[in-house]
Amino acid sequence: MNGARVIAAGLSGLVFGFGLALSGMLDPERVRGFLDVFGAWDPSLAFVLGGAVATASLGVWLSRRLPRPAFDERFHLPTSRTIDGRLIGGAAIFGVGWGMAGLCPGPAVASIALGVPATLLFLAAMLAGMAFYDRAEIRLFRRRSPLHG
Amino acid sequence: MTLEPYWPSLFGGIAIGLAATLMMTLNGRVAGVSGILSGLWRRTDAGAAVNAAFAACLVLGPALYALVFGRLPEIHVVASAPVLVIAGLLVGYGARMGSGCTSGHGVVGLARLSPRSIAAVATFLATAVVTVAVMRLAGAS
Repeated sequence: MNGARVIAAGLSGLVFGFGLALSGMLDPERVRGFLDVFGAWDPSLAFVLGGAVATASLGVWLSRRLPRPAFDERFHLPTSRTIDGRLIGGAAIFGVGWGMAGLCPGPAVASIALGVPATLLFLAAMLAGMAFYDRAEIRLFRRRSPLHG
Repeated sequence: MTLEPYWPSLFGGIAIGLAATLMMTLNGRVAGVSGILSGLWRRTDAGAAVNAAFAACLVLGPALYALVFGRLPEIHVVASAPVLVIAGLLVGYGARMGSGCTSGHGVVGLARLSPRSIAAVATFLATAVVTVAVMRLAGAS
């Protein structure tokens, strides 16, 4: 079952990355063009989000009619409905960074193979920011430094 | 407004929604990039192999695009190195603190009509728009 889950996750990631590339959203300037409502506004991201949410809604509709997911015993979906300071504060901080660079986690990872130094720099800082919130070191580095054992 | 220039964006979005649908119906999970990435250092119940497969194939996605269309996706970055570092730290920290990013909250959360995700998306869209406007005023973009 786990093998099937790994393949399913890989397929999802591949389609996700292909979609990001097709949508034009790997380009930070197109993302910022959408956010720049007082400038030369580029509505592309609205089409991306609209297409994505509409299609994912079909997935939600479908999954609600399934007794369980194909490769797992049960669904693992968030159930909390509490809107708290942590959620709003985190989203606010995220938005400031997103606006500054025009990059978010999906495109930052998907563009790795394109080897653009600027997006790689952003990705490294982003991973550090994530690990800093989790108060964790990235495993890759921890394995390489025996002093931390 | 002619819609033609936006077809690739719409179809790209549909592919992203399909990816989220695959993750939800096959594995029963949210295709949220920041949550999955945190599996690099956090023990998640999805398992390291599942998270690693998603992340690795996410990287292969643009290569598949290049194979199909015979050109690389365009990337233009105008932000300076210090801006990219600060922005990256904020995006990473904020995504973990807010339990999600543009994929988890923006695509899957909105599709599930999660009140938390609707609040998160409204918040990060607002602060992002204000940030871009402030940078424009300051002549920094």
